[in-house]
Amino acid sequence: MHRFAKPSVFLKFTAPILPWLSVLTAILIAAGLYFSLIGSPVDYQQGHTVRIMYIHVPAAWMGLFCYVGMAICGAMSLIWKHPLADICARATAPVGATFTALCLITGSLWGEPMWGTWWVWDARLTSMLILLFLYLGYMALVNAFDDPERGSKAGSALALVGAVNVPIVKFSVDWWNTLHQPASIVRMDGPAVDPSMQLPLALMILGFTCYYFVLLILRVRLELNERRIRALHLSGMFDETVTPAAAKDKAYEAGHNAEAKQ
Amino acid sequence: MNGFLAILRRDLSLALRQGADSVMVVAFFIVTTTLFPFGVGPEVNILARIASGVIWVSALLAAMLSLERVFQADYEDGSLELLTLSPVSLELLILGKVLAHWLTTGLPLIIAAPLMAVMLNMDQDGFAILMIAMLLGTPALSLIGAIGAALILGARRGGVLVSLLVLPLYIPVLIFGAGAVEAALLGISATAQLQIMAAILLLTLAAAPFATAHAVRQAME
Repeated sequence: MHRFAKPSVFLKFTAPILPWLSVLTAILIAAGLYFSLIGSPVDYQQGHTVRIMYIHVPAAWMGLFCYVGMAICGAMSLIWKHPLADICARATAPVGATFTALCLITGSLWGEPMWGTWWVWDARLTSMLILLFLYLGYMALVNAFDDPERGSKAGSALALVGAVNVPIVKFSVDWWNTLHQPASIVRMDGPAVDPSMQLPLALMILGFTCYYFVLLILRVRLELNERRIRALHLSGMFDETVTPAAAKDKAYEAGHNAEAKQ
Repeated sequence: MNGFLAILRRDLSLALRQGADSVMVVAFFIVTTTLFPFGVGPEVNILARIASGVIWVSALLAAMLSLERVFQADYEDGSLELLTLSPVSLELLILGKVLAHWLTTGLPLIIAAPLMAVMLNMDQDGFAILMIAMLLGTPALSLIGAIGAALILGARRGGVLVSLLVLPLYIPVLIFGAGAVEAALLGISATAQLQIMAAILLLTLAAAPFATAHAVRQAME
């Protein structure tokens, strides 16, 4: 695993994966959308609004998944000081925050026809909202320092402390018996969702997860390339007084050093 | 243990000689609580109903506002760096600083809380539980807050940032603190809520000094 933590290895390793993963994501989400919008039955009680579930549940799953991923990256960056783990955690935060917001928005759109209210202070809803605040706090903290490395470290510590909220979100429906329905997919006696609805749900969850990885790879590559450009700038590659050949040598050295430092 | 007592004495005498800090926290608490009757309207029944929540939210905000002084001054004049370099364990020193912070902010809040409860027409059944709950809850607030205060050392706009970091983590204390008083007002036993608050306090007491020390060390690098 440590072998892949080198930025140059990551760039080389992910380049061939990215197109395949993108195609897979597109296929999964397209198939998921077909089955959830057309190919699945209408709920006998909820009618067509049940189709909101196929966005809502995967978004909720991704909100938690991204936070756990962010906390693990934070732990890795604190323990092994991998710069790549820092970048991954930073890249995950906005994605996770967006999924969490999407989950809350679709949930309230679903709640209006079903529960007759846009929002209730139910344990699951409230803890999900706190998750969103934790994401926002992480992003604000990470960008609040002049030294980005210090920001990453502080962010990692916050991500780990905030991880206490993840089990609270997951088990809130079991601990507090409120309006939100209890767990119906991951539970001891098998899923309680009808098999005809399981297929689109599974496709959408897989599709969303792959989508996250596509975004993660793209964002990490972007950040790494930005760092290279910064290193080139610092080395004077774009300085006109230096001869191109000398600048190239210098830039190579600087880029090399920056990478070695990372 | 000597280091712990020394830092406790130092922080306490600093806070007491500068004087105004504790008074400011209590004044902020009282002013915030006073805003609610203006905002909600002076009906006695409504105020009595929301009193426990209002007192807890105001206490949370007051505790949060005073967080900056746990580390900020020491960070700026460099004494925090000496503390991290000292042979005494940093976790213990931080525990001393947090205890000093609690004694100068949490304790005055607990004393001021029944006064505000009277002004908000809260039923007398709730007073004892309110004070016990605050006794268990405010140290946890200081401990959690110290993590946030240490994380923002050297950050731009740290004061605003700390609220975004710390307030979500304060919510469990708020839920069970207000819940305990609610239970007492309804005539139900509040033992369960108080036990959960004690659990939160013990958990933060065990974990928060390490997280805070880690954050302080990072700030010193």
